[in-house]
Amino acid sequence: MPAVENTVLICAGGACISAGEKSVKEVFEDTLKKYSLETVVRVVETGCMGACDLGPILVIYPEGVFYQKVNAENAAQIVEEHILKGRVVERLLYKGDTGELKTKPQEELPFFTEQVKIATRNLGVIDPLSIDEYIARDGYFALHKALFEIGPEKVLETLKKSELKGRGGAGFPTWMKWDFTRKAQGDTKYIICNADEGDPGAFMDRAVLEGDPHTIVEAMTIAAYTVGAQKGFVYVRAEYPLAIERLTFAMEKAREYGLLGNNILGTDFSFDLEIRIGAGAFVCGEETALINSIEGKRGIPRVKPPFPANKGLWGKPTLLNNVETYANIPPIIINGGEWFSQYGVEGSKGTKVFALAGNVKNTGLVEVPMGITVRKLIYDIGGGIPGGKRLKSIQTGGPSGGCIPLEHLDTPITYDNLKKLGTIVGSGGMVVMDEDSCMVDVAKYFLEFTVEESCGQCTPCRDGTRRMLEILERITEGEGTMEDLDLLKELGENIMATSLCGLGQTAPQPVLSTMRYFWHEYEAHVLEKKCPAKRCKPLMRVVIDKDKCVGCTACARVCPVNAISGAVRKPHEIDPEICTRCGSCLAVCRFNAISKVSP
Amino acid sequence: MSADSIRETVTKIYEDINSQSLEKGDVLINTLHAIQDHYGNFIPIEAAEVLKELTGTPLSKIYEVLTFYTMFSTHRRGKYVIRICKSLPCHVTGGQEVVDALKNSLEISFGETTGDGLFTLEETSCLGLCGVSPVMMINDEAYGNLTKERVSEIIDSIVSRERGE
Ligand SMILES: Cc1cc2nc3c(=O)[nH]c(=O)nc-3n(C[C@H](O)[C@H](O)[C@H](O)COP(=O)(O)O)c2cc1C
Ligand code: SF4
Ligand code: SF4
Ligand code: FES
Ligand code: FES
Repeated sequence: MPAVENTVLICAGGACISAGEKSVKEVFEDTLKKYSLETVVRVVETGCMGACDLGPILVIYPEGVFYQKVNAENAAQIVEEHILKGRVVERLLYKGDTGELKTKPQEELPFFTEQVKIATRNLGVIDPLSIDEYIARDGYFALHKALFEIGPEKVLETLKKSELKGRGGAGFPTWMKWDFTRKAQGDTKYIICNADEGDPGAFMDRAVLEGDPHTIVEAMTIAAYTVGAQKGFVYVRAEYPLAIERLTFAMEKAREYGLLGNNILGTDFSFDLEIRIGAGAFVCGEETALINSIEGKRGIPRVKPPFPANKGLWGKPTLLNNVETYANIPPIIINGGEWFSQYGVEGSKGTKVFALAGNVKNTGLVEVPMGITVRKLIYDIGGGIPGGKRLKSIQTGGPSGGCIPLEHLDTPITYDNLKKLGTIVGSGGMVVMDEDSCMVDVAKYFLEFTVEESCGQCTPCRDGTRRMLEILERITEGEGTMEDLDLLKELGENIMATSLCGLGQTAPQPVLSTMRYFWHEYEAHVLEKKCPAKRCKPLMRVVIDKDKCVGCTACARVCPVNAISGAVRKPHEIDPEICTRCGSCLAVCRFNAISKVSP
Repeated sequence: MSADSIRETVTKIYEDINSQSLEKGDVLINTLHAIQDHYGNFIPIEAAEVLKELTGTPLSKIYEVLTFYTMFSTHRRGKYVIRICKSLPCHVTGGQEVVDALKNSLEISFGETTGDGLFTLEETSCLGLCGVSPVMMINDEAYGNLTKERVSEIIDSIVSRERGE
């Protein structure tokens, strides 16, 4: 067999696939065959490389040339130019802010170089379907070390020293949970992995499951060994079919290699895993609701205590952690607790994966030491705001969180700091919003989500959030009063105090937080009947500037409801009664004659 | 689809899943998923009765589960179920336009199915693909970086594929 001359990594993370990766790979491989290169060029599909907005991404080694936004049309060209003739296809390289070409952005851009990858160490590097590649990167060494070298007590001690906290939202010290479950009475114990990732704007768990499924298998096995469990369940949401597929495959391989199932690594320790699939209910991410769902019931939260560590799945002691939490375990066991806690700051140790989404240039996943400032995360790593727009605020913690306004950009991101600002680190989703976002609209948006997702068990959560939503709807339609604003606050505080689970206890946060920092926007909606961001449709109009309009008719032709009238080469006019504020005409006018106004 | 064939199918699906499970029983949700996949996007209501007998779960509990989870449907849905993401990251990157475009080109609203039985339009919360927002899923396939134009292309290509067959 001829020696492999090039290895080509193609990102097969969910985002790149949805941007067309499958057809890229097909064309690429067909073209290799056409030139009989398939034996000297190895094509590897990896998990998410992090820079999802550049996808589909393809990196060619040994040089490490990074091609972005590859599509079926130009994939063949990469083979014909780069592989055959050794000529870099400049058109597909990453371009810096001033248009300069970067052959290896992964070695230059802060987006890549500022990262410290622990939980995501294998993403974009290995083939998630290959257990051998996982093992080659120290995979299953931690399991071996736990079983043969250090034992359960030392595992706990290591976790304690690492100061790792749960990455699923609540930030509870991981070692303590493990310790509680270990000490809980009972012969039958369970391990659960929470892979129900539901926070809008968070996608790190998906990436880990799709890009490095073995790390979850290994970490859960270590957990089982430590707390004395025999069976484990991974609860994955049904919206992640690819994650389910790759995890299933990883579990089969692990069993084949004697790393899962009976007599693991030849010891008398046995542990096996099963996948249970969600069915589209956000509240199932709450640990006790999740347990109900695994038991085949409606996913409604239980009263705590008892906590799962003592009375969880089928009433037995159960250890439940989040995907990212587990992904940190193997490297911590191998390198030691102090190694992990050297990163981060007091109270928030180690690294955290953040998902950058919304109006930010580099959307995707980044893993950085905790304590990084918001500014650094959004500007240096995230590349700032696209389209010359101004940043307005950053929403963190999803529907349980709040926003970080401009004046707090220099806050180091820690559990405590964000709490002081009225939000939470949550699962690490960072939704960046530019000046075009209306904060009242954003608050309304989250409440729509909560109303939809409340399990309905508690009256304040079920009815209270609905009332809050009705008030916000009134406000965004220009019908709100100042009393409404007081009522919103009062309702919010009441719901938070009297709901059973975290969903209700935090649901009003996005409203209270935007009221705290963007009070003037609420006032503008109520007192001036104005939406400063020109987002709320009832409070805005689309108008044509007679002096700028040349009567080209472009707008009239795209308007889906025929709201625009005017003779050719005469100024056009929009009938506000008919116009739906869809914005289509704005996009086509080449003379900048159309704009939104409020009121 | 006769009552007998449903009984037979549901029984087989349940037994398969139950026998592969680490804990016997309590596999209702995975079973419902498999039944829905088998019938293509919906669960025949008769399946509930069969599951009652198989699992010993009261019918009311089975209905509770069926209605609690948004992904299950006892109504026949289109061959292609389109789930468009309605969460904030997709919203702030132009999601509303895409939603409007979908509704316009399919001429249906959320929860409805096109007259030819091809498409059902549903909303979903975040699909975890916010890096390429706005995003939708059509059955198990995800599509990112959506624009009005890309949405029409995708729908058109499915329609012409279906007409061609
Ligand atoms: C409404 C609600 C939704 C939640 N969704 C998730 C989720 O999708 N994933 C997750 O890991 N934790 C979620 N949590 C937190 C879990 O209840 C639990 O704290 C966490 O999974 C524990 O794991 P950790 O200690 O490793 O963070 C949610 C909590 C609430 C109240
Ligand atoms: S707070 Fe809301 S979601 Fe949580 S248990 Fe109560 S009703 Fe259900
Ligand atoms: S905003 Fe939309 S509906 Fe209104 S005039 Fe322009 S194209 Fe027509
Ligand atoms: S999925 Fe390819 S970079 Fe994220
Ligand atoms: S918000 Fe739409 S995929 Fe995350």
